[in-house]
Amino acid sequence: MSAASTSTAPTSSPTSSEALPTAEQHGIKEHSDGRFGFVPVQTRSARFKSFDVADFPAVTGREAVWKLSPVAKFTDLTGGVLDGSAYDIDATPHADVDVSWVDRTDARIGTAGAPEERAAANAWSSFETALAITVGGEEAKEITLTRANLGSAPRAAHTIIEARPFSQAVVILQNTGDARLSENIEIIVGESANLTVVTVQEWNADAVQLANHFATIGRDARLKHVVVSLGGGIVRVNPSVHLAGQGSDTELFGLYFADAGQHLEQQVYVNHDAPNSRSRVTYKGALQGAGARTVWIGDVLIGRSAPGTDSYEQNRNLVLTEGTRADSIPNLEIETGDILGAGHASATGRFDDEQLFYLQSRGIGEIEARRLVVRGFLSEIVQHIGSKPLEERLQGAIEDELRGTEGN
Amino acid sequence: MSVLEIKDLHVSVETDQGTKQILRGVDLTINEGEIHAIMGPNGSGKSTLAYTIAGHPKYHVDSGSILLDGAEVLTMTVDERARAGLFLAMQYPVEIPGVTVTNFLRTAKTAIDGEAPAIRTWIKDVRESMAKLRMDKSFAERNVNEGFSGGEKKRNEILQLELLKPRFAVLDETDSGLDVDALKIVSEGVNRAKENTGLGLLLITHYTRILRYIKPDFVHVFVDGRIAEQGGPELADRLEDEGYDRFLAETPVG
Ligand SMILES: Nc1ncnc2c1ncn2[C@@H]1O[C@H](COP(=O)(O)OP(=O)(O)OP(=O)(O)O)[C@@H](O)[C@H]1O
Ligand SMILES: [Mg+2]
Repeated sequence: MSAASTSTAPTSSPTSSEALPTAEQHGIKEHSDGRFGFVPVQTRSARFKSFDVADFPAVTGREAVWKLSPVAKFTDLTGGVLDGSAYDIDATPHADVDVSWVDRTDARIGTAGAPEERAAANAWSSFETALAITVGGEEAKEITLTRANLGSAPRAAHTIIEARPFSQAVVILQNTGDARLSENIEIIVGESANLTVVTVQEWNADAVQLANHFATIGRDARLKHVVVSLGGGIVRVNPSVHLAGQGSDTELFGLYFADAGQHLEQQVYVNHDAPNSRSRVTYKGALQGAGARTVWIGDVLIGRSAPGTDSYEQNRNLVLTEGTRADSIPNLEIETGDILGAGHASATGRFDDEQLFYLQSRGIGEIEARRLVVRGFLSEIVQHIGSKPLEERLQGAIEDELRGTEGN
Repeated sequence: MSVLEIKDLHVSVETDQGTKQILRGVDLTINEGEIHAIMGPNGSGKSTLAYTIAGHPKYHVDSGSILLDGAEVLTMTVDERARAGLFLAMQYPVEIPGVTVTNFLRTAKTAIDGEAPAIRTWIKDVRESMAKLRMDKSFAERNVNEGFSGGEKKRNEILQLELLKPRFAVLDETDSGLDVDALKIVSEGVNRAKENTGLGLLLITHYTRILRYIKPDFVHVFVDGRIAEQGGPELADRLEDEGYDRFLAETPVG
């Protein structure tokens, strides 16, 4: 009944075990002190960065950032010409949230991060105009931006989400339809602001999306970031969060459900770079159907500048059928001895037959029992989104994914 | 009047060392309203009998039969057995992350009755049963068995027994791991369920302790995969004094 809980130097092999997470691993409870003698080859923050695509050699698939991705299937995005024009966007209006297209010269561009790979740099070099979402106003609010008509020609996009100091909002990015997209999203959270960004991927079955989110979080500010990937052929969403201000806080959640032939990937990076910063990373995924593939890489760097850091990251995968593959790779780098806590856990397990037996022995039919368990497994993430209508809609979307199993 | 009949039951499991025979011809008949205690040393096959009745896929029935009012139980799926009126309180109840006790109970009740219970009376029934089992209200919103102590898990099993109202229940070492207060509370729950529904009980235990609170009509001594001796409550008293040595001497365990 135990799932692998790594607390030593991580390796890059997928972890696997026979069972579902147990109580300790399910919630964020353990804080294993991670001050082990692990010396990384290269500090995460020292990776090469550039805004210019020409600075990156052609992608081979052997690069650390690409080695688990099907790079041959999107050479147009890593090396081709991208359409960087504006596209249709549907946004719920709100008096304190400005949504508009801005020039490449906008002062905010490039302040939250920089590309570390060629697809991101290609998008950066190609976008003609950026979508800027500027949040003001101290009271809570929610806005949804929907992209549904990106089309199937390769394109680039750039988005800025800025939460002004002391502002508060939930920003939902809803993605449907076709796409062959490489994009960068910069998230700038001002002092004491409280921002939630939820990105939901419900693309058509052959869509390809390579997204990089760069967030920088100011003093005493808070970012909740949620990645929900359900639909699309290849979906790669890599959030990178710079805890730049003292007392900054981030919670990164992810929920993914890979069906036959789908590749869903997320490379998460949290950079603790200020005193008393806190991070929690919780990603959960389900896999079903031949060739369903997921990748989760979680890098956490606790720099010398970040005494008093409190950090924990975990990834759980639930394997529902044969023929799937889940990679789960946590990396923890700690450069200061003065931390509150740092830990990580990773587990990939089959559907637990004992759970199924228990539920069935109470009269619950097999299909319903499976549904209960998977729904329960993923609901931990759904419950944290912070938008009731979206939470309800996603519960329904998960039910639909599960019904997919019965068809197989 | 319902009856559960176990006839010449032979059961084996696949192990790394090959097929292992565990039950070697079990015969047992339980009538509605009767309490049968099965006592036996560790490894004698008591849990195997319990799991086989419930239909755990790990246990392979080589021969024999289990009849519930004449209907063959062995061909039923696990959930069909439960809906037919069988219940197993497990020695080691399973944790179900993300599924709350409330949701679980309602789903099970709906499955067993074939229709959703009337909301108001159901909520009241759940609350009352929990209160009688001294389970704090907060358990209703916790995930099934997750982080429950051993004793809390056992109470949760008896809670289900009371609410799902089976015709026959197998209690596999419900007494183990309980302190004397918890043992009394759990035993009261079992006695209440029996008074209310008149179910038949198969009480599996290693010790005689629980038999002070739940009075058996019959006691069976289980050794090496079969019933070695049976009698009335006085047999339990004798086991209390003599232990299982007498039986173990006759049949080496293995
Ligand atoms: N799945 C299994 N794989 C291998 N051996 C098993 C398995 N299940 C049961 N056994 C073996 O079968 C025998 C009977 O086990 P069982 O659990 O039925 O005993 P028990 O009487 O309930 O014991 P206890 O009093 O310890 O609960 C034991 O030797 C046990 O190790
Ligand atoms: Mg046992």
